[in-house]
Amino acid sequence: MAEPVSALGGAVFEGFATVREIGPLGMITLRAKPDVPGLEAAVRGAVGTGLPARRQMDWAKDRGCGWMSPDEYLLILPHAEVGRALAGIEAALKGQHFLAVDVSDARAVFRIEGEKADQVLRKLAPADLDAMAPGELRRSRIAQVAGAFWAGEGGYTLVVFRSVAGYVMGVLTHSAQPGSELA
Amino acid sequence: MLILECPYCGVKAEETELQPGGEAHLKRFGPGSSPEDFEAYMFARKNPKGVHFERWRHAYGCGKWFLAARCTATLEVFGTYPAQSPEPPADLVNKIKAKRPEWKGWK
Repeated sequence: MAEPVSALGGAVFEGFATVREIGPLGMITLRAKPDVPGLEAAVRGAVGTGLPARRQMDWAKDRGCGWMSPDEYLLILPHAEVGRALAGIEAALKGQHFLAVDVSDARAVFRIEGEKADQVLRKLAPADLDAMAPGELRRSRIAQVAGAFWAGEGGYTLVVFRSVAGYVMGVLTHSAQPGSELA
Repeated sequence: MLILECPYCGVKAEETELQPGGEAHLKRFGPGSSPEDFEAYMFARKNPKGVHFERWRHAYGCGKWFLAARCTATLEVFGTYPAQSPEPPADLVNKIKAKRPEWKGWK
């Protein structure tokens, strides 16, 4: 079987914050209304977390479940375990109205780290980072493309579509240029 | 700058995170309706200087459509509410009436 590779092969930029492309990271888009019977058990079986509250992410070590919209969740798990988790979800929700898709290879993931990591995002997204609650998953706009990010472990993790990975690395690099820190 | 609070995800979204969808609370006239009704549905839109009800989509966020009441002249936002509302909520209408006594109503 072909080895999974990330979009930019782990590109790194060292500016006033460090921008790293990471991955490949396993991701499943799960669309279902929260009142679908068995949904919580299916999520617990796949990533070991409960259903997150609005705009929140629940974590169980390196696996997580994020609230994307009133009927959409993002499951994060190691890339190699996606197939097994998907099969588990399909079995647990059989007959219910839901959709679960492996989107691991449709995404690119970045880490922005450092004391001023927030400034890299502040310049690119029209989001109020100060208003973000702990554990919040914020979907917004990164310059001209859609993206979702959350804070944690001394920085931010940013998820975008793989097709715009090069563009996003470019704007992150530009935003993190030494000397361009916000006052 | 216009900031609308999405009633689904609760984010105070800046205008560029949203997609505008035109006038809200339109009644659709489809096949079988009179040409005048269809023309009015298809083309005639309100263009008030003042209170206006609009459709917006949280395009870069949760992706849901919602409705908003705002003033086109001052950009004051009176409130937002879910798209599954056949008419504006009563408390929002009362709030607008209190703020703008000259306002003639949403219809």
